[in-house]
Amino acid sequence: MRKLLPFLLISLVAFIFLGRLVYLQLIDDSYKEVALEFSTKKVYDYPQRGYIFDRNGELLVANQPAYDVMAVPLDVEPFDTIAFAEILNISPERLKNQLRKAWVYSPRLPYIITPQLTKKEYAYLQEQLHKYDGFYIQKRQLRDYQTNSGANFLGYIAEVNQRDLDRNPYYQSGELIGRQGVESQYEEILRGTRGVKYYQRDNFNRNIGSYENGVFDTIPKKGKDLTLTIDLALQAYGEKLMQNKWGGIVALEPETGEILALVSAPSYDPDDLVGRKRSRNYTKMWYDSISKPLFDRGLQAMYPPGSPFKVFTGLAALQEGVVGLNEKFSCYGGYSYGRSDRMGCHAHASPVEMISGIAYSCNSYFAQVYRRTIEKFETAPIGIEAWSKHMKSFGFGNFLGYDLKVGRKGRIPDSTYYNSAYKFKWYATATLSNAIGQGEIETTPIQLANAIAAVANRGWFYRPHILKEIDGSAIKDSVYTVKNKTTIDEKYFEPVIDGMHDVYKYGTARYLQVEGIEICGKTGTAENFTRIDGERKQLTDHSIFVAFAPKDNPKIALAVFVENGGFGARYAGKIASLMVEKYLKGNISRTDLENWILTHSLEEEYAKPYSGEEFKINQ
Amino acid sequence: MKTLLKIDWLSILIVLLLIAMGWATIYSTTLAEEQPNVFDTSKLYGKQLLWIGMSFFLVIIILSVEAKFYQRFASVIYILALLVLLGLPFFGKTIAGQTAWYSFGSFSIQPAEFVKAAAALAIAKYLTGINVSLKNFKNQLQVLLLMLLPMALIMLQPDAGSALMYVAFIIPLYREGLPGIYLIIGALIISIFLTTIKFGAIYVSLAILLLSIIMLYFKRKSKPNYALPFLVVALCIGFSFASNFIFDKVLQPHHQDRFELILGMKSDPLGAEYNTYHSKVAIGSGGLTGKGWLQGTQTTGKYVPEQHTDYIFSAVGEEWGFVGSSLVVLLFCSLMFRFWFLAERQKSPFNRIYGYSVLSILFFHFAVNIGMVIGIFPTVGIPLPFFSYGGSGLWGTLILIFIFLKLDAKRMDL
Repeated sequence: MRKLLPFLLISLVAFIFLGRLVYLQLIDDSYKEVALEFSTKKVYDYPQRGYIFDRNGELLVANQPAYDVMAVPLDVEPFDTIAFAEILNISPERLKNQLRKAWVYSPRLPYIITPQLTKKEYAYLQEQLHKYDGFYIQKRQLRDYQTNSGANFLGYIAEVNQRDLDRNPYYQSGELIGRQGVESQYEEILRGTRGVKYYQRDNFNRNIGSYENGVFDTIPKKGKDLTLTIDLALQAYGEKLMQNKWGGIVALEPETGEILALVSAPSYDPDDLVGRKRSRNYTKMWYDSISKPLFDRGLQAMYPPGSPFKVFTGLAALQEGVVGLNEKFSCYGGYSYGRSDRMGCHAHASPVEMISGIAYSCNSYFAQVYRRTIEKFETAPIGIEAWSKHMKSFGFGNFLGYDLKVGRKGRIPDSTYYNSAYKFKWYATATLSNAIGQGEIETTPIQLANAIAAVANRGWFYRPHILKEIDGSAIKDSVYTVKNKTTIDEKYFEPVIDGMHDVYKYGTARYLQVEGIEICGKTGTAENFTRIDGERKQLTDHSIFVAFAPKDNPKIALAVFVENGGFGARYAGKIASLMVEKYLKGNISRTDLENWILTHSLEEEYAKPYSGEEFKINQ
Repeated sequence: MKTLLKIDWLSILIVLLLIAMGWATIYSTTLAEEQPNVFDTSKLYGKQLLWIGMSFFLVIIILSVEAKFYQRFASVIYILALLVLLGLPFFGKTIAGQTAWYSFGSFSIQPAEFVKAAAALAIAKYLTGINVSLKNFKNQLQVLLLMLLPMALIMLQPDAGSALMYVAFIIPLYREGLPGIYLIIGALIISIFLTTIKFGAIYVSLAILLLSIIMLYFKRKSKPNYALPFLVVALCIGFSFASNFIFDKVLQPHHQDRFELILGMKSDPLGAEYNTYHSKVAIGSGGLTGKGWLQGTQTTGKYVPEQHTDYIFSAVGEEWGFVGSSLVVLLFCSLMFRFWFLAERQKSPFNRIYGYSVLSILFFHFAVNIGMVIGIFPTVGIPLPFFSYGGSGLWGTLILIFIFLKLDAKRMDL
């Protein structure tokens, strides 16, 4: 029997092998497709990326050609690396390193060796390239910015990274993808679809014509053009006013929710992120953790809103019926609400009712009506819930749902918040700072601008959005074309708006009136703190202003935040007033005011916390 | 002349067919220029053709040597072979990390390929000695030593694939009376190791317990002694748990990869599985009749690394399809069956043992190499006889075979 072992082994192995060959070669078809994939060559044709226009048809972003040097590692023959590196204007080490990475990526697929040569570099390279087998030039489109404004919402385009490649199978190494802003939000509309041609290769890797007569080939589809809601002139003006200051301006058109201007300062020229200089410039800005030029302060910065919030405190009190329009409250330079608890107020005429309360920005008045609003209900938690619902109906305390990728929720505290903050039973007075927009409340500039637009509309708003038209036809997305109602009845808005109007007549912004425009506004001054060496330290107040105009049939509503700009009328009020005049009149009559803003810098203020020395605030 | 009349021409015919197909495939895998010259010895296909041409004289020499010589001088040949291996660390040439070659000008010789024949002769000679019996533990150890010496020297190169091949001698040893328990133990070790890696020690132990209970249940009537089965089960379970440890701590990560890939526990077409993946694509895309000689896109595109050496069967699969690849499998099988038949008809035990060794060595190369290329055996660097590029491999195989054919031709002259 021992002699049978070879027979059994050979038969068994032969049986297994033949079975396996039947499976691989006759049953499983998938390998044929894979081999085809390897043996055909795809050549891509990239379409023009869509243009971007402002609301008046002004061209913001166009395209320019750029030239990438690509390599297919297997086709690369030995060459003079030093000479070629010189032509490419990179170091020989980098060239070798790129080739090594190309091998790792795939020996067969094109890999980008050096991206985005200029036209001039390209012309010289083209003459030399035939000496270097395996290298070729891929033409691509880069952005060509017609403006140096709006970098924060335009975004930029960059080569796809490994994460993009893993997440979306459409993209291939070296292709460009929108990052941030409109470029990222509307990537698929702007991008279009690349075309592809299949070529068959022979034994020696030469193209031997179209594969299957081109039945699989596709033609590129051009990207669609976008028209934004932005008014370039207003945007550029806002950026000019915000020079040497940090903060944000958000201007909306109340009757549509369209974003007219979205200024974040400091910002940068969008052209800084085009082509080869992008990486260097981006890294520099990314590491600037102090002024944060990549941080969109209009959308992402959370500030305590300060006094403009009194408008909403007043509206909630009126809606809840806890205060009469003509009911007067005395202000004794503040409001004492406990044995030792007192909220201070500045000097102004007293007593005040709703309208003059807003005009004078009286802390005592709003502390008391807020307290009544909360105490109308059985317990403070129920009262806070009712109040918080009113506030949230203005878009506070949650993402607004606009069509840009970055944002913050802000914060409107509710009963759960205080229940976990206070271990014992708490009362309305513990939350009294809410009345004047301090304490636990935080909002982003766009939230505040949107809420003011809702006031201007007397009780409703469209979600803010930046896209107006795609290829000339208006957007139809119901998210932006359906009205959002606030919980406040229309009739309560008139007195509050009168108060905001009086702010300019005799109130806190009486020196900032614009001739011929019925403007409504509200100043704000918000205390803020930082930590220096672990110690809480107060900084100069944020200067805040909200406004809309004209009073009837408003065309613009805006919120202005200037970090550490002092009291509301000092910086933000002036900027708001100039912005309104610029938008509604087109030119500025008060050049002295404009000059003051343009020539005043807050850089010194921003340097204080980093100086390492003692400093004074609110000078 | 008498030799030529009595020699087994069927074997020679199959060998010639395999060599011809092998060279055609080497040509296809190493062709890189548009106007090739097959006699250009600066090209791999040209070099291989030269080796094939020269092997004609090699065969003449082997056949003209007296048959008795091989048996009489087996020990001398074996010792010489070991000395040649021993000289490698001092005079050898290092290619890709292996010091496995002596180089003469543009040609290199890989001694390990020739040592196989020497080892086969030595084992055959040892087993035909007086009072040598494989039932005897001392003799088992001595024959093991004969195998281990060349294995150890080859491991030093290091060339694990060629060293592993000496396992093939278990087939002639079993034929000559090695107790079957060794085969059973070997099979048990391999299956427990593999199943443990795949399913984990706990499940494997449970399965072993269950199987042994069932077996004892059916044997309960014969009142067996329970001590031995208990010991065996305990050892098996112990080894199962040890397997995990060996796998994690003893094996290198790239060895672990090979096992995990074959057991379908991971997939990594761009990394550890790159060769096997492209090899499978090449074979699978061949279909029934293949893409035609020199027309394989995977082959001409040089997608399969080492395709002219260890992975050459993938080119057969792609260019000649199922028809060609199954023909190669069948040709190898018929050659081995033929050798089996020839070995069994020998009157001299020396001839028989040597014949068994030849067929076993061929079988090991065939099974491991093709198994690896079609993705059902872990990656082991071992060539496919007659196909893989390399003069030493071809000559080593021809020496093995033609010594046997010479012995067979003279089997009656005792």
